[in-house]
Amino acid sequence: MTTAPAPLPGIAPRTIGRTTVRWVGIMGLLTFLVAPMVPLFIWSISFRWFYPDILPSEYSMRAWEQVISPTNNVIGATGQTTLIALLCTVLSVLFGVPAGRALGLHNFKGKRIVEVLILAPIIVPGLAVVLGIDTMFIRYGLSGNILGVTLVHLVPTLPYMTLVMSGVYANYDVDYELQARSLGAGRWATQRYVTLPAVFPGVVVGALFTFLISWSQYVLTLLIGDGQVETLPILLFNFARSEPAIAGALSVVFILPGILVLLLSSKYLSGDSAAVGGIGNI
Amino acid sequence: MNRFRLSERGAQRLSISILLAPALAVIVLLFLGGLASGFLRSLNYFPLIGLNDFNFEAYFTIFTDNGFLQSLVLTFHIAFTSTLIASILAVASALLLRPAFRGKRIVHFFFSLNLTIPHLVGAIGVLYLFQNSGLVSRIMTGLDIIQRPADFPAMVFDPWAIGIIIQYVWKEIPFIGVIVLAILLSVGEDYESVARSLGANRWQAFRQVTLPLIMPGVVSASVIVFAFTFGAFEIPYLLGRTFPAALPVLAYQSYTDVDLAARPQAMAMAMVIAFISTLLIMAYMKLSRVYIRE
Repeated sequence: MTTAPAPLPGIAPRTIGRTTVRWVGIMGLLTFLVAPMVPLFIWSISFRWFYPDILPSEYSMRAWEQVISPTNNVIGATGQTTLIALLCTVLSVLFGVPAGRALGLHNFKGKRIVEVLILAPIIVPGLAVVLGIDTMFIRYGLSGNILGVTLVHLVPTLPYMTLVMSGVYANYDVDYELQARSLGAGRWATQRYVTLPAVFPGVVVGALFTFLISWSQYVLTLLIGDGQVETLPILLFNFARSEPAIAGALSVVFILPGILVLLLSSKYLSGDSAAVGGIGNI
Repeated sequence: MNRFRLSERGAQRLSISILLAPALAVIVLLFLGGLASGFLRSLNYFPLIGLNDFNFEAYFTIFTDNGFLQSLVLTFHIAFTSTLIASILAVASALLLRPAFRGKRIVHFFFSLNLTIPHLVGAIGVLYLFQNSGLVSRIMTGLDIIQRPADFPAMVFDPWAIGIIIQYVWKEIPFIGVIVLAILLSVGEDYESVARSLGANRWQAFRQVTLPLIMPGVVSASVIVFAFTFGAFEIPYLLGRTFPAALPVLAYQSYTDVDLAARPQAMAMAMVIAFISTLLIMAYMKLSRVYIRE
């Protein structure tokens, strides 16, 4: 399936035309990238889909009815996932924006160590940390509840938000603040009317992706939630092997926020922005 | 004047500390605290149940255990193969998507769509595509290439972790590709045009001019991808074999084992994963410094 042809050597005969070759390549690439979504979507509206049928012999909205029905707790899980992701985003913005400001605007002793500390949780896999955190959390009663799960989601999200904001502040000219101050604006007014409008798009994009990182966490929730906290990814995993139709419908629900975020933020999302750097975590 | 400046510097240092304190407190408590707690536990130190001595038994046990070593090799194979294939295809894709063409915006949108689709969804999609009775197998049956599900080559739960690698490649092509594309678009095609007008063929222009320009971005993105694919849990948990399992899955299995004696070994495996990723962070810092300098 991995057939995105490399256009490198450029030995395409002139008769075929470079544009044709390019479009074949692009179509191959997009087909590969969209392919895994296809069976998920078909499963979600299928009723009977037995081997070797390429398409289901009967369609139905049964899976979607199951998703809405209270028996499977999908709505509850969606609410819980959203709540955790929102709490986590608020905390990440609250702590990450100031830290990003310090890193983006100032040089100070020990900055290198702080940078390593911020980068480390992004690169060190969650599983390597969460087993130890679980031992701590069990002792302090943070295992098996929303508070504990929210806190453990901060491990990937807070560093990410900090990194994004450090990039935003690095491109921000602090002289505007000095000018506002010298013109008589107070500390608060300067932050409200000068700083905030300048960094706001960065905060929004960072917050949206922070939400998504928390929204997609599986293993952190699995271990710290301890079977008590049921989020969408936990449900999705449970249905993946046994109920492909429901798993398909759940997948569609699960990817919607991400597509929305991408539509909202694609303007800001070029590869040189720090926002892309943390997406490995989703 | 001098005194004023000194106090200003002091005030700045204070304000930097205040800005950093909450975030650092959280990261130190949770991240470093979690690592430290795991490390102590891996040394068999657990005062709560009366284990007050340190020893390296858990490390000795896992490094002499054939199952662990097989997992380690498998995990390196998964991470290395996925990263290599994803990087090459990402560079090819970025080159493909660079020039102006009709519909470029929509193509770029679809290209970056995967960035926000969770790994878990991709893994389930790969499962439904490539399992024995999956969509690809059905299409091949329809084309009379195979007769029954058993004829379809094992691509999930297989010894070579093909399904896992396909999932990572699928997810990481856009991740590396978007970064490379941004570099290509900011550099422009002028350097290549010059090389071409000086007589370089297309391959030479790519090899000698374009590749060195994008290499820092490719390498630093690859380090992130390698670290992720080395330590990710849910993809091998869904698409992989139970024996040998990828290292994170093995650690999880040991952690949730009914035999509590396996817990220090689970922690020791977590420490091995953390240690390898620490090496990768150092590589990343070094590379990104080179990258920034350019």
